[in-house]
Amino acid sequence: MSPPGLLTRLFVLSWVAFFRTLFDAQFAAGVERLRSSKALPATTVEAEEAPPKERKAPPKKKAEPVVLREAGPEAALQLLALLQREGRFVDFLEEDVAAFSDAQIGAAARVVHEGAKRALAEHLPMEPIRTEEEGTKITLEKGFDAARVRLTGNVVGDPPYTGTLAHRGWRVKEVRLPKMAAGHDASVIAPAEVELS
Amino acid sequence: MSYTIGIDLGTTHSALASVDLDLSEGEEIALFVHEIPQCTAPSEVDAKKLLPSFLYLPAQGELPEGALALPWDPRPPFAVGELARLLGQKTPMRLVSSAKSWLCHAGVDRRAPILPVASSIGTADDGIERLSPLAASIAFLAHLKEAWNAKNPDAPMEEQDVVITVPASFDPAARELTAEAAREAGLGHAVLLEEPQAALYSWIERSAGRWREEVRVRDIILVVDLGGGTSDFSVIAVLEKEGNLELHRVAVGDHVLLGGDNMDLALAALVRKKLEDDGKTLDAFQVSTLVHACRAAKELLLAEGAPEKTPVVVTSRGSKLVSGSLRTELTRSEVEEVLVEGFFPKVEASARPVVRARAALTQLGLPYAQDAAITRHLSAFLTRQIAATDELEGFARPPAATFLHPTAVLFNGGVLKSTVLADRVMETVNAWLSKEGAPAARLLSGADLDLAVARGAAYYAYVRRGKGVRIRGGTAKSYYVGVESSVPAVPGLEPPVSALCVAPFGMEEGTDAPPAPQELGLVVGEPVRFRFFESATRRDDRPGTMIERFGDELRELSEIEATMPAEGRAPGGVVPVRLSASVTEVGTLRLEAQPRSGPERWKVELDVRGK
Repeated sequence: MSPPGLLTRLFVLSWVAFFRTLFDAQFAAGVERLRSSKALPATTVEAEEAPPKERKAPPKKKAEPVVLREAGPEAALQLLALLQREGRFVDFLEEDVAAFSDAQIGAAARVVHEGAKRALAEHLPMEPIRTEEEGTKITLEKGFDAARVRLTGNVVGDPPYTGTLAHRGWRVKEVRLPKMAAGHDASVIAPAEVELS
Repeated sequence: MSYTIGIDLGTTHSALASVDLDLSEGEEIALFVHEIPQCTAPSEVDAKKLLPSFLYLPAQGELPEGALALPWDPRPPFAVGELARLLGQKTPMRLVSSAKSWLCHAGVDRRAPILPVASSIGTADDGIERLSPLAASIAFLAHLKEAWNAKNPDAPMEEQDVVITVPASFDPAARELTAEAAREAGLGHAVLLEEPQAALYSWIERSAGRWREEVRVRDIILVVDLGGGTSDFSVIAVLEKEGNLELHRVAVGDHVLLGGDNMDLALAALVRKKLEDDGKTLDAFQVSTLVHACRAAKELLLAEGAPEKTPVVVTSRGSKLVSGSLRTELTRSEVEEVLVEGFFPKVEASARPVVRARAALTQLGLPYAQDAAITRHLSAFLTRQIAATDELEGFARPPAATFLHPTAVLFNGGVLKSTVLADRVMETVNAWLSKEGAPAARLLSGADLDLAVARGAAYYAYVRRGKGVRIRGGTAKSYYVGVESSVPAVPGLEPPVSALCVAPFGMEEGTDAPPAPQELGLVVGEPVRFRFFESATRRDDRPGTMIERFGDELRELSEIEATMPAEGRAPGGVVPVRLSASVTEVGTLRLEAQPRSGPERWKVELDVRGK
């Protein structure tokens, strides 16, 4: 079923993006350390494994502290509220779906898919990173952007690399989040509703 | 920096566009559509291309402090736009919608606080502070002005040329009220433009000069404008004067309260019945989400390459999405049956809208069109306007024609985004033409169906500065006051009323008509009312023309009122006056009473408070 699949991917993607930022900062710091001590050939397998080894070592003697960016919670809460408002996203995830038939879940998933897609298109318009069809052979020249393209499988030798596009990737073209009034409690994703009669 | 600004003050949506004069020259025009900041949720402001024409009047304490804050106003008294629409779905009693249709509803006092309409008699004292249709229009215009000014502090809207669009079918009182709303919003210099003309201006602007190749001399362009709440028709003829193409708007249709919203409601009714036949019941909230779901299904099923069917899911009000949702399907043939056959039936050119006698007890409501068939309204319009081009040189009417033969069609309005519906309109018109041996009309392509009116208005403000082709035509109606005939009284019979022409057809902006020579008596110090009529077909009447018997070629408008101040006169005395008409630069009709002697003049009020 493609709608939940897409949503799961998007949900996972946001976490991936978060951890990638974290990892990238560490990776960059590791590269920096490597450069200042001694130049290792960057393409050998040893060099690939060097950063994890470094991380395992007790960080007692670290000279400069690694600065990690902390994401503000407001934008994340805001996005969640938008997904809930347009696509009942939180309702869907918070409901125990074990007992329902695929047809029932599918009907609800359509609501989530249609609404969340609209919210994303409006506030976080996306485009695939690679425009080729998945499954086609592509070649990566030297100097390709490792943040945008991840190598997997038999990662040996120097670029250019030739491989099969397994996933096109996604990137957000533009972030267009609404503005919030001062004093707004962003942790309220959806207010409780009381119908007066 | 200076701009010309176009405002589409729509029944369901408003939009804002501008031409940057510093970047524009000749037919190279820098035209932009502006996003309008508005509350999209409590405490949330987002900019959108369209401002939904809704107002929501929250109760004290209903929303958190500052939840309606806008960049230019920390504490607005009501919500305008998307949030208003959203809140109104769940609390319709506090929602003002279709304010523009109320503004041209002659049956109500448009300056009285009547919106939101009380759901039934006796609930008017429910403590909701109400707005008048005029105040609602002021609120939309003020919102657009503030949005512009917040973005362009160096070029405030008050100092730019502004054009506001109105339906071609708006009567003089509704135009006057729109102009008044503009004045109250601080845009007293704004001029009015008919929406179908704006659509054509936009088409001209988008063609970047190529329109001269796409239209020909002696073309008769039919503009079909199907918005969310109204249908509006106009005819524009293409002439040649000294080697240049000239555009003349020669006819406009009646105000038909029928649009895309009616189609969504019709589909929702069908789906609701399907669900109820399955033994499911819908609450009021589910019905309103159903309309939304049906709109999406309609757009999908009436697009090119549409699937055979699409599921329609009605969600629950509570947090249980999976267990509470109702699911059904809508097939393409059902949508075609309800919308294509229901709203666009293939009728003969001689077809007329069905008029039912109104029920004796009608609730206070808008005078919605009684016949949903847009094609029948269109055939009636073209037939009534058969003589629209008779006075233009080179437009010889085929002797056997029974209706005005258009040669080209321009579409406007979101409804016509559906290719199936657009094709059906073309098919129907062309079937009428082919039956009378006329060549098929061609579709003028490349229109921006949602934003053409705002774009065209900005472009018109630009050409008004003398920089491009202008559509001529003046007023599309002639106007009459009712005069009681001096015949011997017959017991039990009202004295017959004759119509005295006071304003001829085709008065251009900024022109005067001579006064009608007949004198009417005004009572000093007392308001005197006259019956008021318009005609969309009597093109030859001059001020002073008396029509003794008239059928459906005259349509009665709401009464007009003249008051002669008592200064220097004996109260209760009768003073003979003549009525003269002028069309202001803004584009509104002005009627004045002048006594036989002396230079005094009194304005005749076109919009009179309800009885």
